[in-house]
Amino acid sequence: MARVVITGAGTVNPLGHDVASTFAAMGAGRSAIGPLNLTDLDRLHVKIAAQVTGWKGDFDRSDLIWMDPFAQYAVTAARQAMAQAGLGALPEAGVILGSAGGGLQTVDDSYRSVYQLGKNRVHPFTVPRLMASAGASLVARDLGLLGPSYTVASACSSSNHAIGQAFQMVRMGQTPVMLAGGSDAMLCFGGIKAWEGLRVLSETACRPFSKGRDGMVMGEGAAVFVLEDRDHALARGAVILAEIAGFSMTSDAGDMVQPSIHGAVRAMQAALRDAKMSAAEVGYINAHGTGTVANDRCEAHAIAEVFQGDVLVSSTKSLHGHLIGGAGAVELLACLLALQEGVIAPTAGYLAPDPECPVNLVTQQKTAAVTAVLSNSFAFGGLNAVLALRKA
Amino acid sequence: MIPAPRNRILQILAAQALLRPEDLRLDARPEELGLDSLGLVEAIFAIEEAFDISIPFNAQEPGAGGFDTSTIGAVVAAIEALVIKG
Repeated sequence: MARVVITGAGTVNPLGHDVASTFAAMGAGRSAIGPLNLTDLDRLHVKIAAQVTGWKGDFDRSDLIWMDPFAQYAVTAARQAMAQAGLGALPEAGVILGSAGGGLQTVDDSYRSVYQLGKNRVHPFTVPRLMASAGASLVARDLGLLGPSYTVASACSSSNHAIGQAFQMVRMGQTPVMLAGGSDAMLCFGGIKAWEGLRVLSETACRPFSKGRDGMVMGEGAAVFVLEDRDHALARGAVILAEIAGFSMTSDAGDMVQPSIHGAVRAMQAALRDAKMSAAEVGYINAHGTGTVANDRCEAHAIAEVFQGDVLVSSTKSLHGHLIGGAGAVELLACLLALQEGVIAPTAGYLAPDPECPVNLVTQQKTAAVTAVLSNSFAFGGLNAVLALRKA
Repeated sequence: MIPAPRNRILQILAAQALLRPEDLRLDARPEELGLDSLGLVEAIFAIEEAFDISIPFNAQEPGAGGFDTSTIGAVVAAIEALVIKG
């Protein structure tokens, strides 16, 4: 089995329009959560989110017509990752992207058009724009990728599943290079209205693991990575950002929305086993940490059970929001920041310790020399995906 | 004077083909002017929106439904007829 490394990264997310600005914001613990700006805002109870602002994609009008914002973010991130990796034409490479909502803004606009405005037609390209796989197709088209390409949907774990599957492909030798990541852009009236119904959104702030936390805050954006066979990368003198050492995927087979401590424990332990990594090695965990009462309590207990020591934990959802299908991908950037620069992204919004959440939470700017990290995704529907990484 | 539907139709087709309306040759086939089947579908959508009419165009079988797309002139004439019919 091959060892798999990351040789390129790219992103467009509320913290920044590239990796460098995202790293800076993460390191400083700067949150992009703020007042929402969208159509029909007056009909929403929740008026905060982390939005991508001040950004315009580099696309021709003839390309843009095919591209819902979620796809624009994905293609831009993929281009940055490829540019960093410095690879030429890659006929065997493919792209696996995670997305929960696909072209949801296109769906929302189209429904508004027919149901609210009473129109009897929608744009001819509505279907290819809204399909969940549009991101993967457009990335493959943009970068000339002829290998295995598709989209994975597992709600909030979509990105980790996508990255994990691409990791397994490279590890198995199916292809020396894969692009992987995730994207979601669900900040539209319909998208938020649906989430409001679940009563898990906070109207004020995202406070993972904190006493007084009252829900998640949504975000949007994408991150894409170049995953490469380590020997292949070394042979061409590529700069290696980090190594993906292991991956686990489990299902809770339980409640559709309530998390499971046992499920989270199993998932983290399986990732450690797959990476041949001991719990003691892990210096930092980028938690799923949504800021809901339920998730954070369960996750804290699960972490305490698996990692008896004082492993550092933070949730960057407090900075960039919950990117749903794009979460694991953007959160992987926090893992790279920790491994490459020894900078641990703090958790914003923290008020006070919650006795029900026993974690060693990083809430202020912090540096720590870590050599192994975990990235957790524990989704609605009980689908868990955990990535384990080592320093390059 | 209110411009005839023809002018608006030509304007929309020209915009789709990335040409000026005066450069549209009525005897040209749509593909000759860079309007492939999808380009035509998009232009027809814009025309339907502009006049709030329904155009019987199936990209699988152009020409079926009595809608002649063999030349730009034919397309314009067919749409004009639909607009006048109301």
